[in-house]
This record gives sequence, C-alpha cells and structure tokens, in this order.
Amino acid sequence: MQFGIFTIGDVTQDPTTGRTPTEHERIKAMTAMAVKAEEIGLDVFATGEHHNRPFVPSSPTTMLGWIAARTERLILSTATTLITTNDPVKIAEDFAMLQHLADGRVDLMLGRGNTGPVYPWFGQDIRQGIPLAVENYALLHKLWREDVVNWAGRFRTPLQEFTSTPRPLDGVPPFVWHGSIRSPEIAEQAAYYGDGFFANNIFWPKEHFQRLIGLYRQRYAHYGHGTEEQAMVGLGGQLFMRKNSQDAIREFRPYFDKAPVYGGGPSLEEFMDETPLSVGSPQEIIEKTLAFRESFGDYQRQLFLVDHAGLPLKTVLEQLDILGEEVLPVLRAEFAKNRPAGVPDGPTHEARVAEQLTQEVAE
Amino acid sequence: MSALKLAVVSAGLSTPSATRLLADRLAEATRARLAGDGREVTVEVVELRELAVPIANNLVTGFPGKELARAVETVTGADALIAVTPVFSASYSGLFKSFFDVLSAGESTALAGKPVIVGATGGTARHSLVLEHAMRPLFAYLRAVVLPTAVYAAAEDWGGTGDALTDTLPARIERAGGELAALLSARPAPVPATDDVPVVPFEQQLAALRPRQEVQRAP
Repeated sequence: MQFGIFTIGDVTQDPTTGRTPTEHERIKAMTAMAVKAEEIGLDVFATGEHHNRPFVPSSPTTMLGWIAARTERLILSTATTLITTNDPVKIAEDFAMLQHLADGRVDLMLGRGNTGPVYPWFGQDIRQGIPLAVENYALLHKLWREDVVNWAGRFRTPLQEFTSTPRPLDGVPPFVWHGSIRSPEIAEQAAYYGDGFFANNIFWPKEHFQRLIGLYRQRYAHYGHGTEEQAMVGLGGQLFMRKNSQDAIREFRPYFDKAPVYGGGPSLEEFMDETPLSVGSPQEIIEKTLAFRESFGDYQRQLFLVDHAGLPLKTVLEQLDILGEEVLPVLRAEFAKNRPAGVPDGPTHEARVAEQLTQEVAE
Repeated sequence: MSALKLAVVSAGLSTPSATRLLADRLAEATRARLAGDGREVTVEVVELRELAVPIANNLVTGFPGKELARAVETVTGADALIAVTPVFSASYSGLFKSFFDVLSAGESTALAGKPVIVGATGGTARHSLVLEHAMRPLFAYLRAVVLPTAVYAAAEDWGGTGDALTDTLPARIERAGGELAALLSARPAPVPATDDVPVVPFEQQLAALRPRQEVQRAP
C-alpha cells in the first residue's frame, strides 16, 4: 500500500489574510511539499496539469524532474496528465526521459480534463473527449512497447518508422493509472489494459465511486489480468488535521467556505457527512481513511489533497508533519492487517522489472 | 402486471399550494383513468420547496445530496411525470428550472421518452401561454414526450363550474389525465431498472476509431 499527496496547483487567495501567493511562490511551495513528502515517509507526490488560470502546473515533467534530483525514494506521478490535448508522442518521450532521470521512480495518471476552452486552445474538441483518450492512449501504449511504430489514427498525423526516445528504462514503461470522475468508458479502458484505476474520491459521495470501481474490478478480471481483488485501485482523499477536532474545524472552515470548488454551497459539516473530506483530529482522519477499505476493497494507493483553497505553505507543512508522525504509521499498520495474500502492493519500477524478468524466464 | 410509477413534481411554495393542488388533481385523473383500464398506479410526489437548499448545493458542488438523489431517482425511475410550476416573471420558477437542471446535468437523457403532463398556476389567466412558450420547449429539449393538453390554473379557475360544454379546469384536467393514461396503457409493462453501469466493450471503442482501410482488412 502506497501513501502520498497530490496537488492541483491552484493559486488561491488565503481567505484569512487576503494574501494571494505569486505563481513563483506557489510553484516553489509545491516543490517544497514534495521534498517534505519524502522526509515524512510518504511514497508518492503527484501534480496536476492545467493550462488555465488560476493554476500553475502546465509542465509536470519539468517540475517532477526538479523534484527527482532532490529526492531519493519518492515516486513522482501526476494527477492528471491530459491524454486528450497532449500529443501522445510527447507524453511517451517526456515521461520516458523523466523515468531515466529519476531511476524509475515515475508513474502517471491519465485524465481527460474538464475545462472546455483548453481543448480548442490545443486544437481539439471536448465532444471528442472519450475517443481522444481511447486513441491517444492506444498510441502511447504502443510507443512504449514497440521500438518501431507505424501508425495511423483519427486525431494525429500518421507515424512511419517512428521510434520514441529514450526507450523506457529497463524496457519497462511507467505504470499508468486512468483517472475518472464519471465515465465508465475509462474504467473499462483501465481494465482492458490491466492498468490502474484512480477514483479522485474527493468531491462526490462514495456510492458514485463504488459503482465505477466495482465495474473496473469486474472488467479487470474479465480481461484476464487477475482476480477482481488484484485490480490496481487508487483513491484520493482530502484532509485537514489539528490535535483537537474543534481546532481543525475552526481553522479549516474559512478555507472551506471560500473554496473555489464548493464554497457558497453546503456547510462543512454536511460536506464531510456526504463526501470523503476529513477534517478533525488525527484519530478521526485515521478512522475515516480506514473506512475507504470497507467501501472499495483493499487497494494500492492513497493520495491526499492537503494544499488547496489558499492554505499557506506553513500550514501545509504542519499538516504533513502530523500526517507523518501520527497518521501514516497507524494507516500502514492497519491497512496491512488482514490484507489478503493475493492483493498486490502499489506499483514500483523495481517490482515491475522483476515481474518482467519472471515472465521472460517462464517463456 | 406491476404497478405503473407516476412521479409528481410540484414547485409550489406556499402551504397549501395551488400548484400542489393542480398536481394532485392531474395525478388523480390519471390514476382513475388507468384504474378503469385495470392498471394500478403508485404516485410519488416531490415537493421542490423541501429540496430548495439541496438543489442550490448541487448547483455549486456538482453532486446531489442524499435527499435530492432520492428525488431525482423518483423522477427518472418513474413511468410518467406530472410537472407543475407557479408562474414567476413570465416563466417557470427558478427552483423548478434548477431541479431539472441538476437532474439532467449528469445524464442528459434522463427524461428521454418519458411521458409528461406539464401544468402551471398563476394569479390570472394572462400567463397561461407559459405552458407553450416555456414548459413545453423545456421538456421537448429534454426529449420527453409532452402530452398535447397542458393545464393552466388561474385563481379564477378554482371557482369554475365544471361544465363540460366549456373547456373549464376540470375538463382540461380530465383530458390531460386521459391522454397520459391512454399513452401508458398502450405501452408494454416497464422493464425493472438495473443498477449496472452501462459499458461499451473496449474493443468496440477502439474499432470505432480505426481508419477505414484497416477496418476493411479485418476478417
């Protein structure tokens, strides 16, 4: 089981001070969080990709390359990489390059992106979102597995005798998660390839994601990649902690009330009741997170959102300290208990290289 | 034969409400006609006033709370719908429109093919074309089957005589209920809904994108 953090990279005014960080400050804050993530023993840092204000992370592999040079163990990932508006050839090259620089500590999560104007800005049409995700990933998958590619499709210029360089490290492409908030087609895509499925699990009630994850597990088994329990599931979550529950609620409330996503809507209490948002003492966070396993089955990766809605870096780093000291050790111990033997761990490059060797020997 | 499910959406705000009164009369007219044909009907009423805050929250968060999700299921899972709104500023009320906005936001075909009686209430009969100029286009856009008779009740209509020789409120209610009952009677018994998420097999998704010459080469 892997634990980590993911960030959207929004530049948002701190509602308690009225101060808005500069883009430079926000970018540096994101990298500081990543370095801190490794210090406190987390396994994964993932950044979003956006091409519109108020978000800064337009160039994830540049950022992750910087973090790779300053960390030793941390897996660098995305949440999400836009499979619809990026050229799949460039994704293949960028992430293979990052994989070499980071000695394999790289995977990525693909998503479609839901900001209408981004599609036309990159020459695409949002109504083709699903077909773009299907075709572009089929090409990306091929580019990482076949040395010479001849290819023609609907959305991109054809390729003749093309080799994507560098080749994936040790001949093993980065592990891919497919992220989706509402589309069963994407759960089906993840299952077809035997890739991971990530449910962002933040803004919507759990019943919604139970249906999608249930579908993914069922189709994963259908395509012969393993049992339903062996499918690779990742979940998001969102937390804010203080020693005392009341202090956490009091401090987080102004951020919640003004948050770009749900501000002006339900109360913090209603939202906590209906979604996986956890605000409270470390013990409450632990209990709510452990309940994810009851809802979705044993899973492989848990990412937390800790830094949006204008929370200042100082507060975010304090959150990570509490996470590392009081929450993470308990979660690791509890998630390990009664975990069936056949349930895989979170994906790592080393494990995937070993698996490939085993398969080659068997053949 | 299993009972038909009739959902009634009322956007009336006062208690008692003329809008609810009209909605109930339409439901009863439909039920009575179907009973005459030997079809049983269960009626479930959704009062939007009680869902005003959850509807506003859904607009902001993008998902329905538990209570609202139940109301949406009541409507989308019904065999037919009776939808009645008070007239506000020459149209349906904002609450009424917001309910159908959130209902169709996730699934644009949520009401496709569903028979609907539209109704409206107002202080005077001068607003009655709201039915034809606002309600009917809204449900036509959602691809519902809007019945020919739409029923408007002005304050004065509640004192009407019910004389069948003039097209009074009771006559219009009877006609609308009769149209809905006739449509439902002609339809085959409903298939029970499943909770499965529909999925297009991935090979099919891929095949739809293959360039033409490659498709022709395939055996």
